Amino acid sequence: MSQPKEIFVRTDRCVGCRSCITACAVEHSASKTLFGAIAETPRPKSRVYVEWVAPDHKVPLVCRHCEDAPCMHACISGAIHRDADGVVRTDADKCIGCWTCVMVCPYGVIGRHLEEHKAYRCDRCPDREIPACVDACPTGALVYQTVPAYSGAARQHASRELVQAEGG
Amino acid sequence: MAFSDKILARSIDPSVHQMLDRAEQLGLETVWDRYEKMLPECGFGELGVCCRNCNMGPCRISPFEDEGPQKGICGATADIIVARNLIRMIAGGAAAHSDHGRDLAHTLLLTAEGKSGGYEIKDEAKLAALAAEYGIATDGRGKAEIALDLAQAVYAEFGKQEGALQFTRRAPEKRVAQWQKMGIDPRGIDREIVEIMHRTHIGVDNDPVNLILQGLKASIADGWGGSMVATEISDVLFGTPEPVRSTANLGVLKEDQVNIVAHGHEPVLSEMILAAAADPDLVAKAQAAGAKGINVVGMCCTGNEIIMRHGIPLAGNFMQQELAIITGAVEAMIVDVQCIMPALGDLCECFHTKFISTSYKAKFPGAVHMQFGEENGLSIAKEIVAAAVENFGNRVPDKVFIPEEKTDCMVGFSAEAIIKALGGTLDPLLDAIKSGAIKGIAGVVGCNNPKIKHDEGHVELVRELIKNNVLVVNTGCNAIATAKVGLMLPEAAEEAGDGLKGVCQALGIPPVLHMGSCVDISRILVVCAAVANALGVDISDLPVAGAAPEWMSEKAVSIGSYVVSSGIFTVLGTVPPVLGSPVVTEVLTQAANDVVGAAFAVETDPVKGAGLMIAHMDKKRQALGI
Repeated sequence: MSQPKEIFVRTDRCVGCRSCITACAVEHSASKTLFGAIAETPRPKSRVYVEWVAPDHKVPLVCRHCEDAPCMHACISGAIHRDADGVVRTDADKCIGCWTCVMVCPYGVIGRHLEEHKAYRCDRCPDREIPACVDACPTGALVYQTVPAYSGAARQHASRELVQAEGG
Repeated sequence: MAFSDKILARSIDPSVHQMLDRAEQLGLETVWDRYEKMLPECGFGELGVCCRNCNMGPCRISPFEDEGPQKGICGATADIIVARNLIRMIAGGAAAHSDHGRDLAHTLLLTAEGKSGGYEIKDEAKLAALAAEYGIATDGRGKAEIALDLAQAVYAEFGKQEGALQFTRRAPEKRVAQWQKMGIDPRGIDREIVEIMHRTHIGVDNDPVNLILQGLKASIADGWGGSMVATEISDVLFGTPEPVRSTANLGVLKEDQVNIVAHGHEPVLSEMILAAAADPDLVAKAQAAGAKGINVVGMCCTGNEIIMRHGIPLAGNFMQQELAIITGAVEAMIVDVQCIMPALGDLCECFHTKFISTSYKAKFPGAVHMQFGEENGLSIAKEIVAAAVENFGNRVPDKVFIPEEKTDCMVGFSAEAIIKALGGTLDPLLDAIKSGAIKGIAGVVGCNNPKIKHDEGHVELVRELIKNNVLVVNTGCNAIATAKVGLMLPEAAEEAGDGLKGVCQALGIPPVLHMGSCVDISRILVVCAAVANALGVDISDLPVAGAAPEWMSEKAVSIGSYVVSSGIFTVLGTVPPVLGSPVVTEVLTQAANDVVGAAFAVETDPVKGAGLMIAHMDKKRQALGI
């Protein structure tokens, strides 16, 4: 079984430009263009968030699509399921807007669609090879990789640091 | 030769395809590569909703309602931020054009005082006409004396505190009255620019409409002020352009000669470079070094200035500046100000090309600076040309690749030249417009922009216009684009609709008239004013329209603003950074009609853009009853 890709966040790289937020909303618009999206009603919703932690940390957050997803277990209407690609999805038709998923989500990345009275979240951009937020990030703070590739790169980095510390 | 789809998608110009292929072979980066690396561009910037005007921020307004702040820290809404940013762009553009005009006024002043080296007053008729406009006595006075008074009067326009700018009174009375009514009749040229910087400071003007009105005012001070000064004084010093034949595109570089590319904007420098390149000693030195001669060619608006006055070949427009260096055949790229990519420095390091900056205002990484000054203009120009000649021996023949493309063109249609071509009076043009042989006149101007396939926006829009019997007058990078595809030849009348074709063939003129550099859009204003005055109407009543199909610079924002302020409907081919504000967007595209009798439209499809212009002309013709 091949390794699925995840959206990883390198918090040290985020400059808080919110480009990911804009790109996400545009991707979830009808026109799929910025100039078209801003004129749409209801306004398209972004599913990625950028938090600020004093004094100077900016932290992009997006649905982790947890393997053991609390939202999926907690959903009382059975609206949340995991698809074949491992993406946790909310079926809008089944969602009753009870916000239980919001209560149990440890990342706080599920939104409330006021016009549609439904919960919404990252859908990993099914029409795109690379999610829009990752594509838009100008600093590489968002990375779309498999766990082995991401952790492999982290190991490489750690190894280099170690060698350097040992005087290599 | 077959090129990759990527290369073919970047430009319609075969010389560009060849040079981009060459760049790929050599592993060199160009503006197109850097554009692709920049994608996606910042959405906040695209919408104009980011503000860096104070240090409480930077702030930006979320375009999507549920997300993020709807006001800046000071409380500024998207409407306020967009309006402030827009008029700061106008300030930048008006400052650039006007400072160019100031340099010309300075050169005239030094020349009148006998302190400039190599300059003279070439067009005494224009000197006398301008003197009359300024109420300067000419009877029994020498040209130096008159020029001194004129230079001082023109110089004073920049710092003027009271009264109107003289050249704004060339506009029809109705137009001036409308400007006065709306409070946008400009005072001093510099003053309006300074006032924009004041008003956009934290906590000053926070009314988007009031802000935009000041933007229009500063832009009028550019088009009917700074730019017009640049044009008129250039004509006095270097001669008013008359139709002349030349060639355009990278093929004007010569393998067996010392190639000098004069790039930038102000003819103060390029005129002296031309004079120096004709110096027999320098030509002899070039020959001694193994070259057949010294080949000066122009690039961008400097190219427009010298092609229209001297028939000096034009190497290309904005997007071709790097490609000229990649030919490996350029001994010196000599620059002054505006639209010169800092990327040229790194590129010149890969070749023998000397990148020579000449203005204390414009220094570049990787450039050799040789400060130019009017007091000893010719002698410095000779030093610069000598540096190019000495560099010929460093050329690496294996690295030389010059594309063959070059196209004949007929350029140099100043307002005076157009009237001359018409037989000394505007009547034949008016008659042709009245009869419908010519549907209207379109001013097509502006830059290149990698957001649009290079030259495609320019050429497709112009072709569509002439096909529909619209006479095109153009400047800047649009002029160069149309020259390269042969639209500036009388024979191009074959591509025009029957009415325009007949007029062009009768007069022996191309359907696309080259009016000069970007400051020379002032010439288009003068023609429009003359036509309006002849018909006893305002410019906004005329079947005329403007377009900037591939615009990118702040100067273009100022140009678009003064063209609209002059009453001319204007189509932009790239989206300006204003859509984040519904108010500003509405003012520019609708409400401006009530303020200045014209508005902007944005249309990225050039054929559709031409369609909007043609529909506008039809509407105006109907209103005039013609």
